[in-house]
Amino acid sequence: MIPFDYERPADVASAVAAVRRNPNAMFLAGGTNLVDHLKLGVAGPELLVDVSGLPLDEVAEQPDGRLRVGAAVRNSDLAAHPLVRRRFPVLAEALLAGASGQLRNAATTGGNLLQRTRCPYFQDISTPCNKRSPGAGCSAIGGHHRDMAVLGSSEHCVAAHPSDMAVAMSALDAVVRIQGMEGERSVELPEFHRLPGDEPHRDTVLQHGELITAVDLPGSAPRSTYRKVRDRASFAFALVSVAAVLEVEDGAVREVRLALGGVAHKPWRATRAEEVLRGGPAEESAFRAAAEEELADARPLAGNAFKVPLARKLITGVLRDLADQAGEER
Amino acid sequence: MTELDPRAIGAPLERTDGRAKVTGTAAYAFEQPVADPLYVHPVQSTIARGRIRHVDTDTAADLEGVVAVLTHLNAPGLAEHDPELHVLQSPEIAFRGQPVAAVLAETPEIARHAAGLVRVDYEQEEHDVVLRADHPQLYAPEVVNPSFPTDTAEGDPEASAEVEVDHEYSTPMEHNNPMEPHATVAVWAGGHLTLHDSTQGVHKARSRLAPVLGLPEERIRVVSPHVGGGFGSKGTAHAHNVLAALAARVAGGRAVKLALTRQQMFDLVGHRTPTIQRVRLGADRDGRLSVVVHDVVEHTSKVQEFAEQTAVSTRTVYAAPNRRTSHRLAPLDVPVPFWMRAPGEAPGMFATEVAMDELAEACGLDPIELRLRNEPATDPSSGLPYSARNLAECLRAGAVRFGWEERDPRPASRWDGDWLVGLGVAAATYPRYYSPGSVAVIRFQGGRYLVRIGAADIGTGTRTALAQIAADALGCGFRDVLLELGDTDLPTATVEGGSSGLASWGATVVAAAERFRAEFGDDPADGAETSAETPEDPAGGTVATHSFGAHFAEARVNALTGEVRVPRMLGVFSVGRVVNPRTARSQLIGGMVMGLSAALHEHSVLDPRFGHVVNRDFAQYHVAAHADVADVEAFWLDEHDPHAGPSGGRGIGEIGIVGSPAAIANAVHHATGVRIRDLPITPDVLIR
Repeated sequence: MIPFDYERPADVASAVAAVRRNPNAMFLAGGTNLVDHLKLGVAGPELLVDVSGLPLDEVAEQPDGRLRVGAAVRNSDLAAHPLVRRRFPVLAEALLAGASGQLRNAATTGGNLLQRTRCPYFQDISTPCNKRSPGAGCSAIGGHHRDMAVLGSSEHCVAAHPSDMAVAMSALDAVVRIQGMEGERSVELPEFHRLPGDEPHRDTVLQHGELITAVDLPGSAPRSTYRKVRDRASFAFALVSVAAVLEVEDGAVREVRLALGGVAHKPWRATRAEEVLRGGPAEESAFRAAAEEELADARPLAGNAFKVPLARKLITGVLRDLADQAGEER
Repeated sequence: MTELDPRAIGAPLERTDGRAKVTGTAAYAFEQPVADPLYVHPVQSTIARGRIRHVDTDTAADLEGVVAVLTHLNAPGLAEHDPELHVLQSPEIAFRGQPVAAVLAETPEIARHAAGLVRVDYEQEEHDVVLRADHPQLYAPEVVNPSFPTDTAEGDPEASAEVEVDHEYSTPMEHNNPMEPHATVAVWAGGHLTLHDSTQGVHKARSRLAPVLGLPEERIRVVSPHVGGGFGSKGTAHAHNVLAALAARVAGGRAVKLALTRQQMFDLVGHRTPTIQRVRLGADRDGRLSVVVHDVVEHTSKVQEFAEQTAVSTRTVYAAPNRRTSHRLAPLDVPVPFWMRAPGEAPGMFATEVAMDELAEACGLDPIELRLRNEPATDPSSGLPYSARNLAECLRAGAVRFGWEERDPRPASRWDGDWLVGLGVAAATYPRYYSPGSVAVIRFQGGRYLVRIGAADIGTGTRTALAQIAADALGCGFRDVLLELGDTDLPTATVEGGSSGLASWGATVVAAAERFRAEFGDDPADGAETSAETPEDPAGGTVATHSFGAHFAEARVNALTGEVRVPRMLGVFSVGRVVNPRTARSQLIGGMVMGLSAALHEHSVLDPRFGHVVNRDFAQYHVAAHADVADVEAFWLDEHDPHAGPSGGRGIGEIGIVGSPAAIANAVHHATGVRIRDLPITPDVLIR
């Protein structure tokens, strides 16, 4: 851990200004990922700007009906929030599927979106990694890549994004509100994280000094669920996860939104599957065909090829269960 | 042979140190109060084989707060050459992660920062870290741990049989990962070295370190009042103890603290070797075994040999006229493997007991019935009668408790939604080790009996259970006993290992109590004191003393995702008399949970290109989490084994992990019809 300065600004504007001033400054919120990186030498900021005390910790319904989640809202609090549980069960389930109780108590909404891959080589500074040191090479492609991406990866990086919350938010068409020196802007969550391409060190579209202030959740998704497959029953990252929103009317898919976790450098919004499904029959064969369509471009490595059939079966099973529930309630 | 009148023995007493532990006031090694300490952080090799060409320590040494940077060029010399402990003595690199330098600084943060600033230039050589069954350097060790013959053979092991199963099984490299990382506080004062250490044996640690440090044993004191688990990895001194002692030598009399990080524990404190095991079983159509072959290939370090006794339990569990066991080691450029809970029995009985399940299927027999038909009258290994061979009773009692008779023997026959449900069984055996060489002192002082012995309580509850034995041996109340352990200033004691501690130390304490009563009667004067050594083994080579057990498991396998959940585990054990049912249950279910963890989770992934374990933290090296552990029950037969010692118990720390992985693998087969012979059983291996 290299020494760093620490500031605790009074408001968002000074926080943004403080990080913007110093190219080696970073925001600190719950610290559940960044503090590990400080110890491991993965991150070496000169300045930490602690935003956990900023007044960004409210969950509030907006006049237009959107639910605004402050960036500093803790994962545990968000999962337990009555409006989240009622309007967005997929999000509550995803949050509770993540990490451990202790970590969820510390982790924040903004920090969760910005957590970095758990690729073992990224976290071990004694091995080359393009994400950590651009141009150094990728150790995962020829090494232990069982947990890595099968969709949208590049020859430079096969890392998978670890968040559960972000996968649900992607399926919910969440909007990330961002404050920079030049003002505020919004980015839809599916566009917030990047694919690695030839710049795997850039996880998101955020510029240096931009601060997430909130995440807006439009509409509602009462018939939605999150299903995570992992190596143990808790405290493990997803091998594959599925966030799904499904509305069925007269046996047909009226509305479907689908996102996958554990399969890509970002929460993977399954737009191709959604297109195949929308308006079609709400049947298992259609769900399977949609899953196959989504996974047609999967390019797994030898050690993670199982993720493709796993994702296919999981998507099919999750949609089937949601459709069955819809049928039972009618 | 004295029989104790069990009064305190058998009582489910709470740990005497329980309150201190749960309230955080029990001081573990790193928390021992010392004035004005310095901190050490090791620098580890980033190559697996070669030598150091050049070390640049200037930047690190210039950092404010750095007291010293030790390398092989300036570290104090060591005396005896103990390969694993020979740190900072030469430029040679034998495994990735080997300490190549150590920074001594005013704070742990500065030490760690400075460690990252040490630049090491290597001359790298090609390394070899991959275990293969056809490794060209395979060799037969002289003995396997601790002193068993490497190979055995009887009859014609190649003989054919009416029914045969012949398969290869594998278990992965695993790391012990006790909750408390290894830690040492070293203080030099007046030519004496004190180590506050987290160890399973203060005297064993000292006897290994003394010749390395070139000190007579009486000038080293090792203190270890509380230990947060060890699972074998704290059963001897490791390199970090020497690093701390070397650093303390240049610390100008200040105390030096060293706590390994979780990541460093994957290189420096031992591991369980991966195994490749061939098991061939032959039987007649009625399931009577005629051939038992168990051939093992495993690794050791080129630095120092450790030969896991993987096939040894097979020698005693089933008889057959034609048998063979063998062990072959591949010497690799890896850290030194060492004890991990039930070394040998844990991986070995996985293979044997899955093979027995396969044989039962091939014979069309219930797997319990197959085992009952193969109960030997005497120990097939030694030819001696058993003090208690109660495997059959464990199997029968467990079957009743678990509801085995309701099991439909056909695999893949029971569904619950997307989940396939299966039941599995496996046998367990573990030898009773009896360790001579301890001394106990009993002193009557202030109306209480002070019992002093340098034993260890590594979280198992020994401090409490040993006091129970002492109370019954003295014929006094439990509260009249004051037990002291965990310090080389106390009388010498053997290491906590091989589930031998309580029985061996207990026999020593009983001998001292008998002598005390003989010398001082029932009304001793204040200050009356006597001591005794561990008596001779009451089994005395006339009987074979082994514990046994039967494991039952229910597995649920998701047909879509390959997820495996274990809602029920049940074990029935024959372990002799149980001294403290509360702590004993904790040991047994703890072993079973560790078996669950081995079955489904644990796997140290060694990257052959770099030569080190890459999943080196608790987020990546999975051990069973609470949510994985559901209904786990342990029962034991009501027994007293007089051959085991005066307490009548044979040891319980390890048998829980033996066989439980096989019970789960067999349950997965019963659930799915898929036979998994390689651990761990993760979703990817079941996805089709």
